[in-house]
Amino acid sequence: MTFSVLAGAADAAATPAWVPLAYLVSGVFFILALRGLSSPATSRAGNRNGIIGMLIAVATTLVTHDIANIVEIGIAIAIGGLIGFTIARRIAMTAMPELVAGFHSLVGLAAVLVGWAAYLNPGAFGLLVDGAISPVSKVEMGLGIAIGAITFSGSVIAFAKLSGKMSGSPILLPGRHIINLGTLAAIIVLTGLFAAATGPAATLPFIVAVTVLAFAIGSLLIIPIGGADMPVVVSMLNSYSGWAAAAMGFTLGNTAMIITGALVGSSGAILSYIMCRAMNRSFISVIAGGFGADDSGGSGEPREQRPYKQGSAEDAAYMLEQAEKVIIIPGYGMAVAQAQHALREMSDVLEENGTEVKFAIHPVAGRMPGHMNVLLAEASVDYDKVFELEDINSEFAQADVAFIIGANDVVNPAAKTDKSSPIYGMPVFDVDKAKQVFFIKRSMGGVGYAGVDNDVFYMDQTVMLLSDAKKMVEEIVKALD
Amino acid sequence: MDFISILSIFVLACFVGYYVVWSVTPALHTPLMAVTNAISSVIIVGALIAAAEAGSPTAKYLGLAGVVLASINIFGGFAVTERMLAMYKKKEK
Repeated sequence: MTFSVLAGAADAAATPAWVPLAYLVSGVFFILALRGLSSPATSRAGNRNGIIGMLIAVATTLVTHDIANIVEIGIAIAIGGLIGFTIARRIAMTAMPELVAGFHSLVGLAAVLVGWAAYLNPGAFGLLVDGAISPVSKVEMGLGIAIGAITFSGSVIAFAKLSGKMSGSPILLPGRHIINLGTLAAIIVLTGLFAAATGPAATLPFIVAVTVLAFAIGSLLIIPIGGADMPVVVSMLNSYSGWAAAAMGFTLGNTAMIITGALVGSSGAILSYIMCRAMNRSFISVIAGGFGADDSGGSGEPREQRPYKQGSAEDAAYMLEQAEKVIIIPGYGMAVAQAQHALREMSDVLEENGTEVKFAIHPVAGRMPGHMNVLLAEASVDYDKVFELEDINSEFAQADVAFIIGANDVVNPAAKTDKSSPIYGMPVFDVDKAKQVFFIKRSMGGVGYAGVDNDVFYMDQTVMLLSDAKKMVEEIVKALD
Repeated sequence: MDFISILSIFVLACFVGYYVVWSVTPALHTPLMAVTNAISSVIIVGALIAAAEAGSPTAKYLGLAGVVLASINIFGGFAVTERMLAMYKKKEK
């Protein structure tokens, strides 16, 4: 018994005992990889653990299988690795949301391919029981392929919307809820029929139908969801890619895949929940889509032009020089204008001047969770100067200046007071408590993604700085010198 | 492995995931997504099996395609996470 581990290693054909252990160890390394992200100080060690886990999983698979095709496999890994490395090195930090969406689509497609390979060559995966695939395996296979296909086509649409290749505004098809629910029901029924049928001739049409319908429903689900809801969508697709891996893990009885799938699935689900909570919207309403669409926002009555104060970079520089405490609130507009480096320069100048500068980040600022944090980190802003909504909101009363750059809905007081507002109930920054507010905005025309007017524009202490965010900040830095 | 053992691992791993992910600092949510992306490509295990085993040429090529896709994700995902994490700095006190 004691030697069975070693004895097993010599005979690779009959799954030696160390193999499931190796996959388990790999799964533990993946848990440690996520655990490392609890603080920036331990995060890089965490990432290394992830790499170790992956190496263990890949090596274990290669040594326990007939590797007659090792050259082709090596070439496939080299091609993929080269593409992956090149993308990772070249991508701009502002493009991170579409990169992540693109990567999700690859996981989804890989899951579909693996599911199909398992269907076509069940013997290789040890799935044959008395010469046929068991119904349980077929259910797992069908679900894995379906979730993978939904992840793929959904992520492709999300990628297209995030990278501007497709309009970010929601596209609403008539009767879409009925079509979507019907398609989902059909996928479940067809998976059941696939499991019940026996023999290639009987099962093939069902699995083809499941795959095709799942590809279709993936895109149909994401098309009606607007740009402002993209943080939820990206998180949700993250979750799906995990469930796809888990379903494949069930099919193959592989611990590493199951643990990873469960981790990634929960991770995406928690992030979706955090994003929904930060917008005070239910997950169902986000998935149903249409938020910020023209047909819901325009009530017909023309918006009255209320008086506001407009200032110049010199005005802002003068006030910032006098300030003792400045809180900067970045939003998606900062990312679009690539203003993060100029913003860091401005905060450096102010700090040299003795001003306390803090950055305040709303959970849904940007197009994916943590988007603003990465951009500020890229511009070398110390992470201990960057604060989350609940940690800094009480400090606005002591702030001399609230400096809003490219954010809008996250500072809208209507979320606190106006029950009819589409963003009512969303937690927002209390910028109205600051002595002075500077609001960098391209023009007075656009009013945020929720399509609601913002009372902050018209407050006595607000000065609107109407310009491109990067240009305005650079001018302020010049005026400060 | 029988279904119940696999299910047990899955359910427990969901709970582990739940607690571990809540402990992730919100500042690192973007790297979290990038790294979960990379590790979910452990699906490469399935693609490697299909690519390695004889029996069905179609399955082999599907497997090889899966290996390419998953490799893009693994190398790209870990590399971009590393690049992001290297940027999170704190001034020396």
